[in-house]
Formats: sequence, structure tokens, C-alpha cells
Amino acid sequence: MTETATLKIWRGQSKADGRWETHAVPFERGQSVLDGLRWIRVNTDPSLAIRFSCINANACKECMMELDGETVYACTARLEPREMAVAPLQNKILVRDLVTEIAPPAERFAAPSSPPPQAGAGERKQEK
Amino acid sequence: MSIEPIQVETDVLVIGSGAAGMYAAIEAARAGCRVLLIDRSLIGRGGATVMAQMTVAVALGAEGPDHWSHHLHDTLTAGRGLCNEPLSRLLCEQGPACIQEMDAWGVGWARKDGKITSAFAPGHDRPRCVYVDFLNTGPAVSKTLRTVVHKTPGITRKGDLCVVDLLKVDGEVAGATCWHAESGAPVVISAKATIVATGGLTRLYRRNSASTNMGGDGYALALRAGAPLIDMEFVQFFPIGHLAPRLIGMDPIMWDPFRYKLGGRLLNKDMEPFTDRYGVPESGKYVITRDVGTYAIIKEVEADRGSPHGGAYLSFQHVPAEKLREAFGPVIDRLAENGIDLTQTAVEVAPIAHYHMGGVAADVAMRTEVPGLLVAGEAVGGANGANRLSGNAITEAFVFGCEAGRTAAARAKAMTAAPAAGHAARAAIDLIRSAPPKDMPNSAEMLASLQATMSDDVGPLRTGEKLKRALGAIGELTTALGDRPFGDAGAFDMQRLDWFDLRNMLTVARGVVEAATLRTESRGAHQREDFPEMRPEWRVNQVIRLGDKGLDITQAAASPLEVAAQ
Ligand SMILES: Cc1cc2nc3c(=O)[nH]c(=O)nc-3n(C[C@H](O)[C@H](O)[C@H](O)COP(=O)(O)OP(=O)(O)OC[C@H]3O[C@@H](n4cnc5c(N)ncnc54)[C@H](O)[C@@H]3O)c2cc1C
Ligand code: FES
Repeated sequence: MTETATLKIWRGQSKADGRWETHAVPFERGQSVLDGLRWIRVNTDPSLAIRFSCINANACKECMMELDGETVYACTARLEPREMAVAPLQNKILVRDLVTEIAPPAERFAAPSSPPPQAGAGERKQEK
Repeated sequence: MSIEPIQVETDVLVIGSGAAGMYAAIEAARAGCRVLLIDRSLIGRGGATVMAQMTVAVALGAEGPDHWSHHLHDTLTAGRGLCNEPLSRLLCEQGPACIQEMDAWGVGWARKDGKITSAFAPGHDRPRCVYVDFLNTGPAVSKTLRTVVHKTPGITRKGDLCVVDLLKVDGEVAGATCWHAESGAPVVISAKATIVATGGLTRLYRRNSASTNMGGDGYALALRAGAPLIDMEFVQFFPIGHLAPRLIGMDPIMWDPFRYKLGGRLLNKDMEPFTDRYGVPESGKYVITRDVGTYAIIKEVEADRGSPHGGAYLSFQHVPAEKLREAFGPVIDRLAENGIDLTQTAVEVAPIAHYHMGGVAADVAMRTEVPGLLVAGEAVGGANGANRLSGNAITEAFVFGCEAGRTAAARAKAMTAAPAAGHAARAAIDLIRSAPPKDMPNSAEMLASLQATMSDDVGPLRTGEKLKRALGAIGELTTALGDRPFGDAGAFDMQRLDWFDLRNMLTVARGVVEAATLRTESRGAHQREDFPEMRPEWRVNQVIRLGDKGLDITQAAASPLEVAAQ
């Protein structure tokens, strides 16, 4: 029997204007949430934005996001055969989808053309 | 929509913030230069350095007598006649100074009786490998260098800048054009000297110990800027990378220390020892070398005797629970969180891509053939020849980083200004801002397909036929990639990033395959099943250049060095 994990993912380029998208992912015991997100990119939607680099080692500390409202590393959070809600970090500036600005300010390149932080940041439209 | 390129200027540009890039930045800044240290990921976190778990090879002679010439002897032996010996010598001779400097910076090398202690690793003639807490070497090295980088005046650090192409002005490299991930904007950096410290290429393979930043960017950047690569056919595989069950929060090369301490048994699908078929009886001790281990596992799988996921079983079921706990304490708990109880279950292991011996050709000052372009770390080819000795990679990153920083500073100080970028950045800016093509294949799937090809047909055991098939697949992917980037050119556009990655990875993969096809012998990490012998006439390095119609490959005699034994 193949089980399924249902990832409900927040997508968007500004906090004021986003949507929830639901993706079914084949579930294998022991997988991480990051495995599920990477599966989606390869199999259904390569445009999903996620920030990660070390995949397994939990060394890069780039994959922080919110899972059911809790801050987690997507590469160590376990995928489960149920609906799981994945969203970008609330307290950081949104870049796209699950990606936020997480680098220390001194290590961030100030691009004049990047959109200013949205008013009302922190709010997120939720479709029930 | 047209995002204006952002222009930046510096004395020394360092691309990549692993051990090599950070050491280079520190050295150039100490010499009085303004340094811009950039990375496509977070500073000091995106590469192999932060993931390295084990040891660093260096002839310190702190505990017992040792000398760099002994280290050099072992390095050249492992390299099977192909080392660029002046580079190997530099690594071994300068290693101790860098290790001592790291010690002074507080890295915390493990000590016994107040002296830095060394572990024994295969291929070295004596204990020669320093470490931090056994599994914390890489994180400690990264953290220490990050701290020194912060404290050194003159260094500016910027993450999320992925270099798309080097800037070439009047035949010299004069900086780089980057894609700024956070905004999607092009950024043009003008520099008097540019150091490529982008690490290796193991992301080319499906199973690897790499991060997503190790697609060999630096090799492709250097090639396109006119610098030659050498020894691209030599990819090092690690035989017992973790395969199954899914294990998270730990790097797949973690079983090596387990085998050093506890032995363990390598078994086939029938739970029978099999390495005796390949010349090494299973004794419960870890004596099998990396090449034989890799060969034995692959052959067993081919004979349909592999484990369910296509590898071998590694079993510690005969080791009592107390002994496991004593040797690995908290790691046993992390395994338990993954549902793995070593007393009950054997894990599955298989060879994974781990390190690249080949790279950009450089002299001992880390200069490439193109003025203004320097290299450092795993991006440099030649110091390790056909096979790398364990522990040499981090030493290489320190020493070559240090040299590159020094050379870059000397060049920068002799120049009044960085050459103006002018129109040199035009092509790269246009790529970064380009509208997408009408038809876009799934970029992530293309990446997975390239990794499958490289693993299936360009792994540790090669044949002319498999290499030919790989070249065909690479050709098809290259056609599918086209010349217009996918995605929407906005902020953190992963399709666009995949496109830039594939552009580099396909070039580099082609280099590996074409060089492997020409080398009709077996040597070190390059094993041809159709040419199993090592042949004296192949004691040559293969040099790759970008020509008008693709890659041009020539052979050059390996560069020897006379060293008086001490
Ligand atoms: C899991 C693992 C364990 C290892 N264990 C050991 C060990 O015990 N002992 C040992 O000696 N060696 C070990 N190695 C090898 C060793 O870690 C590496 O060879 C070494 O750290 C390389 O250092 P580097 O600075 O050259 O590159 P890296 O540390 O890989 O850094 C390269 C940097 O360049 C950046 N970059 C890449 N492309 C671009 C681009 N286009 N634009 C901007 N930035 C870019 C990357 O994001 C990265 O941060 C291990 C490797 C791995 C993967
Ligand atoms: S992917 Fe590196 S810490 Fe999660």
C-alpha cells in the first residue's frame, strides 16, 4: 500500500498576496519534509522556491520554515502521512514561497530594485 | 521588466566562502586590500567545509616524529604518478603553518597531554590527522574562519550572490557578474584580482555527500574565461555511503568512524559476507580499501546479490548494545530517532561521490593561465593526482586559500584601479534578465536526470560503451536546456537557478566523460572495466580547454619534483 503525505504549502511573492497550494507526495517512512518539497520540484512543480543546501547534514541551517505553525528545519522535520501545513517564517522578510531573508544584515546585499517589505508583514491570507 | 544591474568595485573578489575562500579573504585583507567575499549561499555555510566530519592531514610532528616530506611521499604514492608535485609539496610543506594558525585562532584541535593529537588514517605511514571532537572538524573550522573574517578589517561579506560568469576585459579576468538570488537582479563586480574558491562537483551524481552548491560552478566559470582544467576524469567515490533506510540529520558518510571503531560486517542480500570474492575476506575488521570496497559492492549488485536498494548491508548486529553506546553515545540516540537499532537491523550502504581530484590548472602561486584569475581549494586540480589521501582536502583548502590571497593582494596592490567592466558584462546581464523560452521542461527533473546518467554510466567503474551513452544523454539535455534561461527572472526563481546550474553542470559533466573516454587504462579513481591495467604511457595529465566546437583535450606529461628524502 502506498501512503500519501499531503503538503499544504504557502506560495507567493508578498505576504499580502499569497495562496495555499496542496500537493500529494508519496510517503516513505523516515523521509524529511524537505524530501517531500524536493519531490514536488522534480515531479510536479519546479517553480516552488525553497532555500536549502546541505540536504542531510543539518549543517547549512538554511531550510528554516514553519510547519503547522512551529519553526523547524525542513531537513530534520519528519514527513508524515497526513496533511501538513508548510509556510515561510513569519518574523522574516518574505522573498518567495518558503524563502525568507535569513542572513545577518551585514551579509545581505542591498539591492535597490528589490521590493520594500510589505506593509502589514506578518499577516498572511489564509484560505480555509 | 528590466532590472538595472548593480555595479560594485573591490580590490580582491573571492568567490565561495568555504575554508579556501575564507582563508584567501583573510590573507588578502591582512596584506592591506579591500576584499569582497561572496557566496551563492549563506557565508561560511554552503559548501563542503562545514560538512566535513573527520580529519585534517598534516605533518605536525607534535606527538611523534614526522616531516612534510613523509606526508608528501604518501600523497604522491596515493596519487599514482599523476600529482602536480609542486602543488602537492606546497600542500604538505605549508600545512603545518596553517594548522598552527587555525589553532591560535581557537579551532580547538583535539589534544592529549597538552599536545595536538593525531589519528591514523589509511594511506598515511603514521598518525597524521588532526581533528576536532572527531565528528566536529568541519563545523569548527568554518566557525573559526567566520569569526576571523568578521574581525579582519577590510573584508565585506555578501551572501545570495551566485556568479554566472567571470568578467573578461582585454584578455584578463576583472571580476564577475552575479545573479542576486534575493532580488533576481544582475550584480557586476569589478575587481583587480578574482579568486575562484567554489569547491567541487559531486552534485553531478545522484548519490553524493555534497550540498546543492557543489555543481562544479568554478570549473565551468574558469573554462568559459579561457583557463584550462586538468584531471577531470578523477572523481573520488566513498564506498559505504548511507543508502537506506532514510536517515535524516546526519551526513551519509557517517559510517566510516563506525567502521574504524567497531569493524562491522559488509554483507550481501543473503546476509552473507562477499568481499572475499574480491580478494578481501570479511574479518569483522575495517581493512578493505576504498577502491576495493567500491568495486566489491558494485559487482555484487550487478550479480543480483545486492541489498534491496542496490547496495550492500553493513551490519553491527554482533556488537553488544553497551559497546555501541560507549563508542558513539548520542549518535545512537539520533539513529533511534530514525528508527534504526543497530543491534536489530543492518543498514544499507553504497558508493557515493565524495570529492574531485581534478580542477582548474594552477601554479604554486595559485595563478591560472588567465591573468587576474586565481583559484583555491577543491576548485584547484592536480595536488592529489589520481586519488586523494584522506585528510588532504581541508589542508589543501587552507594552504591554497592562503597562497591565493597573498598572490591576489600582490597583484591588486600593483594596479591603480580595477579595469572598467564596460560591455564585458553584457552577455551575462542579458542572460540574467532574459525572458524565458516558450517551452520550459521541468528543470529539477532535468537535474535529476543528469545525476542518474552520471551515476549509472560515469560512476567508479566505467566502460567505453557506458561513457558513450552518457555523452548522448548529456547532448540531449544540453539541447533541451537551450540558450535562454527558464523561469520568470524574479526573486529567488529556482527554475532560473536550476538553468544556470545545469549550464555549468552539463559542461563539467561533459569534461568528466570525454576525459574518461580518452583514458584507456585504469588508475586510481578512474577504473575502466574494458581497460583494467594501469599503463605507463598514461602517466600524463589530460588538459581540457573550451574550443570553438566544444571541449579540446590534450595530454601533458605529469609534473615531477625532485625532493631529497629527509
Ligand atoms: C560530507 C563531507 C565530508 C568530508 N570530510 C572530509 C574530511 O574529514 N577531511 C578532509 O580533508 N576533507 C573532507 N571532505 C572534503 C573537504 O571538506 C572539501 O574538499 C573542502 O572543504 C573544500 O573546501 P573549499 O573551500 O574548496 O570548498 P567548499 O567548502 O565546498 O566551499 C565552496 C563555496 O563556494 C560556493 N559557491 C559555489 N559555486 C558558487 C557560485 N557560482 N557563486 C558563488 N558561490 C559559489 C558554495 O556555496 C560554497 O560555500 C569532506 C567533504 C564532504 C562533502
Ligand atoms: S538543508 Fe542544511 S540544515 Fe537543512
